[in-house]
Amino acid sequence: MIEIGKLIAGLLILIGAFLSLVTAFGLLRLPDVYTRNHAASKSATLGVMSVLLGTLIYFYVEHGHFNSRVLLGILFIFITSPVAGHLISRAAYNSGVPLWEKSVQDDLKNSVRYPDKDQL
Amino acid sequence: MAFQILLNFFLALVWMFLKTTYDTKTFLVGYLLGLIIIYGMRRFFGSRFYLYRVWAVIVLILIFIKELLLSNLSVLSVILKPKLDIKPGIFALPTELKQDWEITILANLITLTPGTLVIDVSYDNKILYIHAMDIQDVEDSIQSIKNTFEKAIMEVSR
Repeated sequence: MIEIGKLIAGLLILIGAFLSLVTAFGLLRLPDVYTRNHAASKSATLGVMSVLLGTLIYFYVEHGHFNSRVLLGILFIFITSPVAGHLISRAAYNSGVPLWEKSVQDDLKNSVRYPDKDQL
Repeated sequence: MAFQILLNFFLALVWMFLKTTYDTKTFLVGYLLGLIIIYGMRRFFGSRFYLYRVWAVIVLILIFIKELLLSNLSVLSVILKPKLDIKPGIFALPTELKQDWEITILANLITLTPGTLVIDVSYDNKILYIHAMDIQDVEDSIQSIKNTFEKAIMEVSR
């Protein structure tokens, strides 16, 4: 039982490290802010979450110590990181960072952005 | 919903006072009995029996986790593919959800979906602007995923 727990913990930490590595590759390889944000807001989230989960399982199996702070950390990262990705890409769009030149569509450009109060 | 939970809590407390034993076991028994009573009296409440809504929340969380895993696989395959043949773009998605928290949850779900990232919400909360990693083959399937998300969120809020 302890061996299986250790195995799962090690596997989770390895997967998390691999996902973080892939995130770094994605940040280097992808062409513009928005596509890079895809890599940063998804793979990094799951990577950190699985490292934390592996740590939680390891300390529970090996030392019988259940650390609820790690669980809260997983929850906070899960909630906040998509919001962070959204805010960064929104700030980038509003300050005029262009899309990659091979982008095919931009519906946001023609939309009504922020009308005056009397027009509402 | 909050009223029904509070009522159930209160019934469990009344059960503890009736038994004059004050421990967790008695509380749980009282809570279960209160659950049965509330289920029997459900036509007097304005909203649905609250366990349905609890179940809908659990379903939503499971969808969240599943989408996170799938989106990671798709991002992984894009990044590690030797040739970069993606066609990114921004498309508009009209939404029927009204309240702010519903739109927040929908935007978070979409951000964690394979290949999509919410960039802006229109000022009247009716349209979400979404950046897609690969626009031509995803758009139809994404539309269907959106329908399931929106439905799951409406299931919670109605």
